Amino acid sequence: MRRVAILALALAVAAPLAMPVLGQDSLPPAPYAYTELPDPAQEAQALHLMQTIRCLTCQSQSVADSDAQMAGDMRHLIRTRIAAGETPDQVRDWLVERYGDYISYEPTVSAITWPLFAGPVVLVLLGAVILYGRLGRRRRQAGEGGQ
Amino acid sequence: MNRLRLFLWGLVAACLALFGLFAYQLSQPKDEFIQSAMVGKTIPQFDLRPAIEGLPGLSSADLADGRPKLVNVFASWCIPCRVEAPQLDALQRGGAEIVAIAIRDRPEDLAQFFATYGNPFSAVGADDVSAVQLSIGSSGVPETFVVDGQGVIRYQHIGEIRPEHVPLLQAKLQEAGA
Amino acid sequence: MIAEFGLVCLWLAAALAGLQLVAGLLGLKSGWEGLAVLTRPAALVQALLCLVSFLTLVVLFARTDLSVALVAANSHSAKPMVFKLSGTWGNHEGSMLLWVTVMSVAGGLIASVERRLPERTMLATLGAQAFVALGFYAFLLFASNPFERLPSPPPEGNGLNPLLQDIGLAFHPPTLYVGYVGLSVAFSFVVGALLTRQVTPDFAKAMRPWVLGAWLFLTLGITAGSYWAYYELGWGGWWFWDPTENASLMPWLAATALLHSASVLAARDALRAWTVMLGVIAFSMSMVGTFLVRSGILTSVHAFAVDPERGGFILALLAINIGMALALFATRAGTVAEGERFSVLSREGALVINNVALSAILGVVLLGTLYPLLTEAFDVRVSVGPPYFNPVTAIFALPMLLVLAVGPLLRWRGDKLARVRWPMVALAVLGLVVLAGVALLSDVGLLPLLGFAVAAVVLVGSLLPLKGRNLLRLPLATWGMVVAHFGVGIALFGMAADTAFQTERLVAANVGDVIEVGPWSARLESVAPVAGPNWTALEAAIAVRHGDGAETLTHPQARSFWSPPTETSEVSLVTRWNGQLYVALGDQAQDGRWQLRLWWKPFVTWIWYGGLLIALGGVLALLGRVLTDVRRRRASTLIAARRGDAEVAA
Repeated sequence: MRRVAILALALAVAAPLAMPVLGQDSLPPAPYAYTELPDPAQEAQALHLMQTIRCLTCQSQSVADSDAQMAGDMRHLIRTRIAAGETPDQVRDWLVERYGDYISYEPTVSAITWPLFAGPVVLVLLGAVILYGRLGRRRRQAGEGGQ
Repeated sequence: MNRLRLFLWGLVAACLALFGLFAYQLSQPKDEFIQSAMVGKTIPQFDLRPAIEGLPGLSSADLADGRPKLVNVFASWCIPCRVEAPQLDALQRGGAEIVAIAIRDRPEDLAQFFATYGNPFSAVGADDVSAVQLSIGSSGVPETFVVDGQGVIRYQHIGEIRPEHVPLLQAKLQEAGA
Repeated sequence: MIAEFGLVCLWLAAALAGLQLVAGLLGLKSGWEGLAVLTRPAALVQALLCLVSFLTLVVLFARTDLSVALVAANSHSAKPMVFKLSGTWGNHEGSMLLWVTVMSVAGGLIASVERRLPERTMLATLGAQAFVALGFYAFLLFASNPFERLPSPPPEGNGLNPLLQDIGLAFHPPTLYVGYVGLSVAFSFVVGALLTRQVTPDFAKAMRPWVLGAWLFLTLGITAGSYWAYYELGWGGWWFWDPTENASLMPWLAATALLHSASVLAARDALRAWTVMLGVIAFSMSMVGTFLVRSGILTSVHAFAVDPERGGFILALLAINIGMALALFATRAGTVAEGERFSVLSREGALVINNVALSAILGVVLLGTLYPLLTEAFDVRVSVGPPYFNPVTAIFALPMLLVLAVGPLLRWRGDKLARVRWPMVALAVLGLVVLAGVALLSDVGLLPLLGFAVAAVVLVGSLLPLKGRNLLRLPLATWGMVVAHFGVGIALFGMAADTAFQTERLVAANVGDVIEVGPWSARLESVAPVAGPNWTALEAAIAVRHGDGAETLTHPQARSFWSPPTETSEVSLVTRWNGQLYVALGDQAQDGRWQLRLWWKPFVTWIWYGGLLIALGGVLALLGRVLTDVRRRRASTLIAARRGDAEVAA
């Protein structure tokens, strides 16, 4: 049985447990995998982007939250591109062009994802209708809690 | 209160649809692979230094020389890569030209790997920070891409090549113009 | 023998649940009232048997009886005792047994203490409770028998997963279970009230302590889970909008809404349909959560006991329970009229806004969590993460929290604007001042900026109900509300502060190097190997100093367990009242320098202090309700006794 008895609803168990045994490479991490960019503004941009890019070899973690080797290389890629003057959106688009929407935790409005954005709008309207129905213009009430 | 009743039956229907979706997904095998979105596109420009002495490195220009190739993304430290070695050999003996991108690897480890499992590659480029791997939308090792003579990616095989995959890859190479 | 004894108890308990179902529901029919007397005893004995069965399993784990398949697969004779015991519920079968045990004990408690509801509603409630429980008994007995024996016991068990040997991990899941099961009790009350068409204030009052209890445990479970992820993962995050997290958040949102709508029903006999609906939804969300986590259909870091077959079973239970409850509700829709409209400027008006907003947040989280599942059915994979959830939930959450600040100031039925105008103006001014102040003094994102302003309004607003009251004579339930709302403000402030002002340093350091992070300076003193019972580690000694304060040593580790081989990062935390310094040790680079990750996270601890305050508010409210009940009951027996005396005297 491959029952990994991790707890029910807790958060991330350390990544190695979830990763298949692939062996470990012996090269040091990429230069910018664990090193900040010298410019704090660029580093902030890069960090913000990394938090919204899915790590490809881990399950459901961002590249900013993983020690996986490939996550390190992706952090390096993101930092070097930002350092080279690209905007976070350009880097995101570059990645989406290669891996599809799955790699970005930030869904964009498209033919496939529009209900994600229509949903909250519908909920706002629905909420307004319900509130309108329940509140305001109080009918003249006859005594205690109308049956 | 007719509206409430209508709403509730609607909700019952919505729940059933949701449970139906759950049941459908439950019956589907979970697909953990992330497909590259670069299939059908020209391979991005790159130029990798040789990963091991005695074999040339790999550049995007090499992949647009008119002859279709298999591009194997692998590493000596990756265990499934050892499993697929005989199949790569078989493909090479069958006339396929195979080049490789070695991910985060060292020459001495590669030499050891080739000594043990054989070397079907005509060129091996060293990709030390997975830059080329990321640029072609590959998400792990091993993966094998079919690239045609113009340098356009035609097919992506994720995971190790098992004996039953060999004919498929040969057919894909044929389609690519070999 | 002991395993067989446990199994027999479980079968008997299941049989009694069957009896409870039949007696409870048939007892409602005229001509069958005689059967009804069996319902309460059946519930009590069932609770007892189930408890015995569960304790049997605990004993088996304590003794490491390897002839039992479950023990052999999940335990090891060398485990410390506390983890042997927690191993009982650290697996699928054991956790389901814990689930039905809590459920049947809750049923037994209702049967023995609840006296407020009309007897018929009580019978229907117990019947519904037995129906839900029977599904889980079937699941246990037919698809996940915890007492199964192995033909030949292995010499040693194979479960010594080091990651599971964490005290937080041992007690976090059962906390959430108790919450989930508590919502099943609320669900039974709802079904019972629907069956007898008695959706009354008494029903709300009877259900409320159970909802409070469930909500309290969910709050604790989520708070603990968040803190555990924060220190265990090693990257300083405290909420990731992972499907598994959302699975625990959704029942909490529904329970929070239910709690408030039940208050309106109890006080004003209104929002009947809404309360019934939330009761059904809250339990559905617990089951949907369990299903998502266990079936493995969503990609998550920590799917638990993933098995599609069991997923199918849970799905079937979900469909039967929820489908039938909703259908029953639909046929009874005519009997649960909503009552009159509310004035906007009234307590119930504010609570309606709260309910609508909470439900909308629940809807958004559900949509975002399940949407990838929907697109996958069409072979398109998308990811929905924090950049979606944060702003979209904030659209509903921030206005709701503003209402939270003023709602408790309003009177039931209707209030005069003149009475609350000044507090409202004061709160609005406070919010705007904070907004302008933060925006001028620092460069923070829109969400944390709004977070600061709303947190300030909530913190002050939540205390306003205490104004002009005699604090010693204030009902406990009111204290509970004030404390919980204040906790919301504290948690929101913590979230905003950490998001806006955390500073991060990633460095490669030589021994002796000094790293500045925020107001802290840290000096790497040494890195040395250390050994634990089943791990070795590299441990750094880092001298940290806040401003000009005293130096303290802190020791992050990079740990390697050898069975199974696992690497973990044990972060070290230096806690001050206004935040935490978070230090993680990484690998050694080839030039000999050590990778260090340091974060200064201002006020991050306030997130969990807030969570604890919210839970404390729940405890106070629960205590208040129960004490009032007990006092009322004692008073009524006293009156009855006096009347009896008077009659005797006459």
